[in-house]
Amino acid sequence: MLLRFDTILAGLLQGVGVTLGVTFGALLIAIILGFALALLRVFWPSRIGAFVIDAYIELFRNIPALAHLFLIYYGLASVGVQLGSVTAAILGLGLIGGASLCDVFRAGFEALHKGQREAALAIGMRPSQAIRLILTPQALRIALPPVGNYATQLLKDSSIASAIAAPEIMFFARSLVTSTFETTLIYVTAAGLYILMSLPIVFAVRALEKRYAGGQAA
Amino acid sequence: MSNALLRVESLRKSYGAVEVLRGIDFSVRKGEKVALIGPSGSGKSTCLRCVNMLEKPSAGAIWLEEERVGVRASAGQRERLMSDAELAPQRRQMGMVFQLFYLWPHLTVLENVSVGLIKVQGVPAAEAKAIALEMLEKVHMAHKAQAYPDFLSGGQQQRVAIARALAQRPKLLLFDEPTSALDPELVGEVLNVIHELADEGRTMLLVTHEIRFARDVADRVIFMDGGVVVEEGPARELIQHPRHERTQAFLRQISP
Repeated sequence: MLLRFDTILAGLLQGVGVTLGVTFGALLIAIILGFALALLRVFWPSRIGAFVIDAYIELFRNIPALAHLFLIYYGLASVGVQLGSVTAAILGLGLIGGASLCDVFRAGFEALHKGQREAALAIGMRPSQAIRLILTPQALRIALPPVGNYATQLLKDSSIASAIAAPEIMFFARSLVTSTFETTLIYVTAAGLYILMSLPIVFAVRALEKRYAGGQAA
Repeated sequence: MSNALLRVESLRKSYGAVEVLRGIDFSVRKGEKVALIGPSGSGKSTCLRCVNMLEKPSAGAIWLEEERVGVRASAGQRERLMSDAELAPQRRQMGMVFQLFYLWPHLTVLENVSVGLIKVQGVPAAEAKAIALEMLEKVHMAHKAQAYPDFLSGGQQQRVAIARALAQRPKLLLFDEPTSALDPELVGEVLNVIHELADEGRTMLLVTHEIRFARDVADRVIFMDGGVVVEEGPARELIQHPRHERTQAFLRQISP
């Protein structure tokens, strides 16, 4: 039993690097893309721009992640763009995440009173300074808890990358199951690994929230 | 009129079909304190917000000394409204104090006052801090320099907001009902600070409901109603002996 557990654990650990890589790669894309789109959506007074961004958000939020991964991995291959499975997973999950986080950041900006911006303009700030120095820090603070939730969600969702054969934890779990039939032990071990990885994210987000609670009265 | 610091000429403002300002003319000399009074909906706040272009006028002109505010007119071309970026240097010359303070909650009291010095005026950080503390001293808030705004009372927040406006080193201070959002017991501390600034000889345009304060602090009072100036005159005279019927009715109503 112990020997078998060792083998299983060693097998699953091979996938940890890819799981973390897909998670943080996609998270990075999602945060940068989501924040950039939110800035454009809130401060760029273009109807066409708003329509394009809204269309992107709805397109990516309302189609299953698995369908997106298949489209990027197999669909692009059929027109000659052959991405690696890990790259495809990072790109797919990142683009979906960008749509979710755009809404999160946008809600952060829209929660601010318009007087915050007016006061910045009144002291002689340019609009870009008002966004950078006054509005963004406040919006990010509001967005931090939902972004943290999204990050833990993403760690778990990275498991769908196994469907396009990205060698992450669940990919190895399934192949171990077919070779050893230790179904329960393998999946319980995999579950344990996910918990061990997601708890640090949860604690890190809490620490950040505390750090940036700064001027917020309880 | 040549020594006017601020001139408002034929100012009009409409929201759709509703005309809030219907041709306002007045001026403020250097060092003068002018109070705008009138019933709610008379357009006095809108008028004040047009001065630094937080509201864009529909017609008319604002002059700060020799400079036309918010409008760019090159020779032979049509006038056009400036963007917020173009307006920044002009707005910097006019300090504004809002009814709801609008301190920035993610910055300390000191940072609220110094950020403009550093980022707008390019003052080195150490010097900016010294100036900011000096301004906080003036409003008796230096002891809270490291506090965050959410932990202050309304009266304290408004005094910090006044220090923030002073740090702009403005030619003109605009007050938009600075005590209307305060609990009654906190009004006095803010009015005292404004009174002290008035005694320093600063130029002020003040929208207020505090008639007694307007009488004591302002040199001149302008009474607005229905988007027009009904009458204006020396503060004491206008408040004690209003000539116009509408002014009389308004003053009777608020201080029976």
